[in-house]
Amino acid sequence: MRTEYKLRSRFRAFTDHAATAIAVLSTIVVVTPLIAIFIYLLIRGFGSLNVAFFTKVPAPVGEIGGGMANAIVGSAVLLGLASLIGVPIGIGAGIYLAEFGRGTRMAYAIRFTADVLNGVPSIVMGLAAFSLVVIPQKHFSAFAGGVALGIMMIPTICRSSEEMLLMVPHAVREAALGLGVPNWRAVLSITVKTASPGIITGCMLAFARVAGETAPLLFTALGNQFWSTSLNEPIAALPLQIYVYALSPYDDWHRLAWAGALVLIVLIVLAVSLVRYVTSRGVLKGTS
Amino acid sequence: MGVGIEVTNLNAWYGTNHTLQDINLNIPANHATALIGPSGCGKSTFVRCLNRMHETNPIARVTGSVRIGDLDIYQDAKPVEIRRRVGMVFQRPNPFPTMSIYDNVAAGLKLNGFSNRRELDEIVEKSLKNSALWDEVKDDLRKKSGASLSGGQQQRLCIARALAVDPEVLLMDEPASALDPVSTSKIEDLIFQLKSQYTIVIVTHNMQQAARVAEKTGFFLNGRMVEFDSTHKIFTNPSDKRTEDYITGRFG
Repeated sequence: MRTEYKLRSRFRAFTDHAATAIAVLSTIVVVTPLIAIFIYLLIRGFGSLNVAFFTKVPAPVGEIGGGMANAIVGSAVLLGLASLIGVPIGIGAGIYLAEFGRGTRMAYAIRFTADVLNGVPSIVMGLAAFSLVVIPQKHFSAFAGGVALGIMMIPTICRSSEEMLLMVPHAVREAALGLGVPNWRAVLSITVKTASPGIITGCMLAFARVAGETAPLLFTALGNQFWSTSLNEPIAALPLQIYVYALSPYDDWHRLAWAGALVLIVLIVLAVSLVRYVTSRGVLKGTS
Repeated sequence: MGVGIEVTNLNAWYGTNHTLQDINLNIPANHATALIGPSGCGKSTFVRCLNRMHETNPIARVTGSVRIGDLDIYQDAKPVEIRRRVGMVFQRPNPFPTMSIYDNVAAGLKLNGFSNRRELDEIVEKSLKNSALWDEVKDDLRKKSGASLSGGQQQRLCIARALAVDPEVLLMDEPASALDPVSTSKIEDLIFQLKSQYTIVIVTHNMQQAARVAEKTGFFLNGRMVEFDSTHKIFTNPSDKRTEDYITGRFG
């Protein structure tokens, strides 16, 4: 009896350690590629970073030097426009699914569409924006690129917002209704506010995902070797510039492409951290 | 000041489940009335019919009439208006987790468009004093979240939140069942003080609690109200055999 107990407890201790080890190992496996990519980018790209990279537009073919200032600003313009389109529509649809359309056919159709949209290859999104915006306008434009990226953000934001809203305890909704607060007000001021950290995370995921997209920009924003911030003209973007430079035969352009990739990743991390910082400033002690 | 409640032929359903059957009852103003009975007997559904929270469930249905003061709540007013006059405290403390203590108490007013800061400050202080929480939280009103308080404090915060809207009736659905004995006795003391200003209806599983706080007690069983009388009579000399069986612990 006693030996059996000892054996069993030793076995339990073993499984406990084994399970912990597997969890730690999985974490390492997940994080390693990320760190490896970042280190590799630092090695290959950091040397080419200089003031000109951030202040100059690309040099003409054959000349050494130049920078990606127009592509950095272009990416910011495209992502700003994409967020203006994707965030409100995505969150709005998520609120509808979680709060107002629960159990309706309409909600089912929207949820299904969003899931399909999420699986559509990004180049197809570019084609959609091409036929919706570029063809009627008869020219490539930053606006078309922003639309393509914005549409790509919608399904991710919509579904993650819905999930986050559904996680808000029913008791919190009841508390608001019990105070005589109209339903729409309770949804906006209580449920959405309670779920907002999760909703913001969803927006950031969608933002980071489209920030690196090249395919949907190929025949919408097109890219631009010159300085432009107009929504009505083709605009440069970091992923496009990296794509063009990486495929070129020139060593100088290859180096710039590495630097561009490094800058893109750092900018995404900075943008996400900034939003996290700004949105967490108002959070109180002990908020669960 | 509190007002009386007159319930006539109240029936309620969840889907096809007839959870309340022909309830007739007069709840006196400015007293505490306890509702007891085994789980699933309909007492929670009953109080949820008194502020029209029952119908927030899409499969729920109600018939009959409930008069609160001179208002027939199913005829004369919208649910949101009723719920401002009939406050509710739930079984589990449910403060708004992202709001400060202050904002939790002010929520009912703020969300209904009330924005006079000076008056809000006064109402928040008064409500927290009425719920015996002021001394414990007055230094952290805006710094701490409602969720950072202990369970018992959270429940008193929820009472303050309900009082801030200045209701005439306060419904309490097992307000102490998730709390420890010390917090429970604080809530009971509070009910004792509050009933001079509000009509209180308290659902409880705890028969001693009913005996301690309420002047009147109703016994519910299987969706019907078996007996309604003074608390003293219910616990010492009930008229119905089923009531007697329940309070002497023969079932439930």
